[in-house]
Amino acid sequence: MKPSTAPLAAHAMDRVLFGDNQFFGVNHMSEEKARSQSMRFQELGAIIDVLDAAYEEGIRTFMCTSHDRVSDICDHFRAHPEKYPDYRFYPCMPYAHKYANAVTEHGMIDALRMFLPQEGAIAAMLKGGVALANKDIEAIMQMLIDAEMKMFHGLNTPVVFMQNVITDLLLGLRMDECFRIFHDHVRARYGAEPGYITMNVPRLLDSLDALGIVNPIVCANINKIGFRMCGGIPAYEDAIARRRFRPIAMSVLASGAISPREAIAYVCGQPQIESIVFGASGRANIRQTNALIRELSATPHSGS
Amino acid sequence: MIRTAMVGLGKMGLSHLAIVRAHPDIDLVAGCDATAYLTDILNKHAGLKCYGDFDRMLESEQLDAIVVATPSKLHAPMVRKALDRGLHVFCEKPFVLDVADGEELVELARAKSLVTQVGYHYRFVGAFKEAARIVKSGALGTIHHVRAEAYGPVVLRPKGATWRSAKNEGGGALYDYACHAIDLVNFIVATPSAVDGVVRNSVFSRDVDDEIYGTLRFADGASGQLCVNWSDESFRKMSTKISVWGANGRLTADRQECQLFLREPHAALPGVGTGWTVRYTTDLSDQVWFYLRGEEYSAQIDYFAASVKAGRIDGVNSFASALDADRVVAMMLAEAGGPLVPAKTAARPGLLSRIFG
Repeated sequence: MKPSTAPLAAHAMDRVLFGDNQFFGVNHMSEEKARSQSMRFQELGAIIDVLDAAYEEGIRTFMCTSHDRVSDICDHFRAHPEKYPDYRFYPCMPYAHKYANAVTEHGMIDALRMFLPQEGAIAAMLKGGVALANKDIEAIMQMLIDAEMKMFHGLNTPVVFMQNVITDLLLGLRMDECFRIFHDHVRARYGAEPGYITMNVPRLLDSLDALGIVNPIVCANINKIGFRMCGGIPAYEDAIARRRFRPIAMSVLASGAISPREAIAYVCGQPQIESIVFGASGRANIRQTNALIRELSATPHSGS
Repeated sequence: MIRTAMVGLGKMGLSHLAIVRAHPDIDLVAGCDATAYLTDILNKHAGLKCYGDFDRMLESEQLDAIVVATPSKLHAPMVRKALDRGLHVFCEKPFVLDVADGEELVELARAKSLVTQVGYHYRFVGAFKEAARIVKSGALGTIHHVRAEAYGPVVLRPKGATWRSAKNEGGGALYDYACHAIDLVNFIVATPSAVDGVVRNSVFSRDVDDEIYGTLRFADGASGQLCVNWSDESFRKMSTKISVWGANGRLTADRQECQLFLREPHAALPGVGTGWTVRYTTDLSDQVWFYLRGEEYSAQIDYFAASVKAGRIDGVNSFASALDADRVVAMMLAEAGGPLVPAKTAARPGLLSRIFG
């Protein structure tokens, strides 16, 4: 039987979450900026400095992909538990380009084989390729999740996200049952809340509703200009106002296309939005954005 | 509803499948792939009716349209069969490996008034559309040079087991990467009339090119350079950039932004002043109904569906348009001549040890 969908003791998310795009050369506005950021953050120390600056500003949740380099960040936090007693990671899996590049080079099945664990408890089962051969998608997904979660072992990971490229691929393919597999495994194995990142909020909510996944955490672009909000601004505003889910807003600034105050006022005007995730490379930006969120959250503007 | 089938469910195929299945005007009735493993999974877990044999699918299903995302060497025979049956066709790039096949297919589709489209998705990227608009406006003055570049981290070690690394199957950076850059040149500037100085090298691959460089010649005397390398790990993913120089300025566009420098304002671009004007993807992207990996992938499928509904047979990325890119590829292959220069690079640690080691 599937585990119950009854809520765990619901994890209270912080209002402000810190994102990781800036560390790994992801920038939706400029490839030049992305490159200069990836140079700047080549050394782990530069990343930790920024995470420390955010921590000092009271931001204690790091929402990050399972990029290879995140394992170094995890090592740092494991090595200094006294420095970050209340720190939380929200892993987002997977960092899709490592899969995409492997598929191009090796083909789908061999690439899949590569990312599945080579040792440990599952080895015997995998050796015969049993799960692969049986197309046992639940077992395969569970192994892939475990492989991605390995780098976070020993850290506090109260929410685990499926990355949007996977969420939206499965959504389009209508392989909705994978959302349920993810949900159940994240809860059962990690005692964590499953979350879904998507660019297609209304459509995803329909699927999750149909699966009986109640009050899911959904992270999506929510910004005043409707950038990558499929279905459009009115559909998003309506879903946020009326449907039962826990929205996290990302791309609030739309990569800088909206002025910070205006951008954050828009999101804070929708009180159902629980959290805001943003990335920044320097203390001044972190402080300014964080202060704006706190200011505008305290005195919400009227909704639109 | 447009009754549609898909053939080829590999990496691009799955992405197309997700987008096509999400489209409100398309009824995706069946999928086809020779890999039973994949079709079994899609059948069992996505409820998709699947075939292992293309001919059997064509015989069994009542279709209006087909999406072809098979390895490149299979495009021509499959597209021909689909057109023979009167189906509208969306085909992945490159269109064909042999220009003669392409000419025949263009004619066949035209004779039957069928909609055709090839997956040159960059033509649906806001920043590249903006670049084309600016160049076509004439605001840059007489164009004298263009540079098209594509870099990315596809082949990073001397190994490769897929069709993309196989000679004669449309593998290699020329077909996989360069044709995108060439199509952008065709789209934004013009189709080159000749090529010279072509360099086609392997960096790691045994049988195919990993880097391609060449000079493009245009009928009006303008020149261009093509620089393509899919063995460049400094890029996170494929990165394509085009720069155009004219007597009145230059522009550079990539997926994210379009940077324009004008020496003098031009009547064709009202409101754009001297110096730099930069527009970003956030401003240039049109909303799509469903998003996966980029607006352009959805936009091109939506455009195809709209073409089928409207009977638009001469739309963006028609077979005739895509064949222009294949012609340039053919010129480059002819000019490069001789055998591929083999890899000289030493082996590097394998993927497994890099991931798990």
